[in-house]
Amino acid sequence: MDFTEDQLQRYSRHIILPEVGGKGQRKLLAAKVFIVGAGGLGCPVGYYLTAAGVGTLGIIDNDSVELSNLQRQIAHSTKTIGMHKIDSAKATFEALNPDVSVIGIKERISKDNILDLIKGYDIVVDGSDNFPTRYLVNDACVMAKKPLVSGAILKFEGHVTTIVPGEGHCYRCLFEEMPPPGLVPSCQEAGVIGAIPGVVGSLQAIEVFKLILGKGDVLKNTLLIYDALKTTFRRIKVPKNPNCPVCGDNPTIRELLDYDAGYCAVR
Amino acid sequence: MEEDIKPDRKINIKGLVCPYTFVKAKLAVEDMEIGQVIEILLDYEEASRSIPKSMEDHGQKVLKIEKINDTDWVLVIRKEKE
Repeated sequence: MDFTEDQLQRYSRHIILPEVGGKGQRKLLAAKVFIVGAGGLGCPVGYYLTAAGVGTLGIIDNDSVELSNLQRQIAHSTKTIGMHKIDSAKATFEALNPDVSVIGIKERISKDNILDLIKGYDIVVDGSDNFPTRYLVNDACVMAKKPLVSGAILKFEGHVTTIVPGEGHCYRCLFEEMPPPGLVPSCQEAGVIGAIPGVVGSLQAIEVFKLILGKGDVLKNTLLIYDALKTTFRRIKVPKNPNCPVCGDNPTIRELLDYDAGYCAVR
Repeated sequence: MEEDIKPDRKINIKGLVCPYTFVKAKLAVEDMEIGQVIEILLDYEEASRSIPKSMEDHGQKVLKIEKINDTDWVLVIRKEKE
């Protein structure tokens, strides 16, 4: 594929990088990434993947834009309050880069649709805001052998980890079971500082770039914890657990579960 | 000597400025095989210094940098690395 003159200009700062070049930019343009959630994390992840020319973005969310989202969800705006988050984000991303095909899915992700939804994609990014979805996405990615870049934010803290099924740990190697409902507060209950999703989402976007380009080291077998109050990044080793119920040697979870049981989504 | 090297490929990037001078040169080198030689004609003075430096940084071999008239330079570069 030859670049157009517009593409040469748009991606010039990528092309001059030894680790990217024209070859890497073509890989980015051919890549297909699925983003779970068009909220705090999904907005910056989608924004930067779009800017970088990641060719196909699938994005799923079932919510509409609310005024309380705008303190951190940068793909939406005051003008798109009340609009479906998918329509709002799609309009923002398409305005940024017409090279990118944005496929918006206005549904709630579930055990019944996730495997079909992620089937055509190379990489999955989790930007969800609740444990049932986080475990659903992890288990589905392990079963489908899709690399997963997982992010989480709360208050002044952010987590990022990259799960490469068959090679490294999975989310259940780190936290085998979901915490009981009510133990970990949600963003609605505990708050979240405005730019935290920007930090964590940008880290997730970079992880995606490295997976696509095959360059550098991703957060495999590693959990990165950002403490915004102390301004520290800590790397925690997460060995793959041979007894992990989903990615271990003798998995006990062989099909997707009813992750919502016992959880009520705070809306 | 270097004077005798016959380029496998020639590009003319006159009229372009940085960073597009290097973008065009780099894309051309990417399409070549290791060991092949490219001749680059340009008229942007800064690029006569920056392209050779960047090519060396990327592991390529600069064989010649020559000002051929009042406005133009010719660079000859051999691809050493993918």
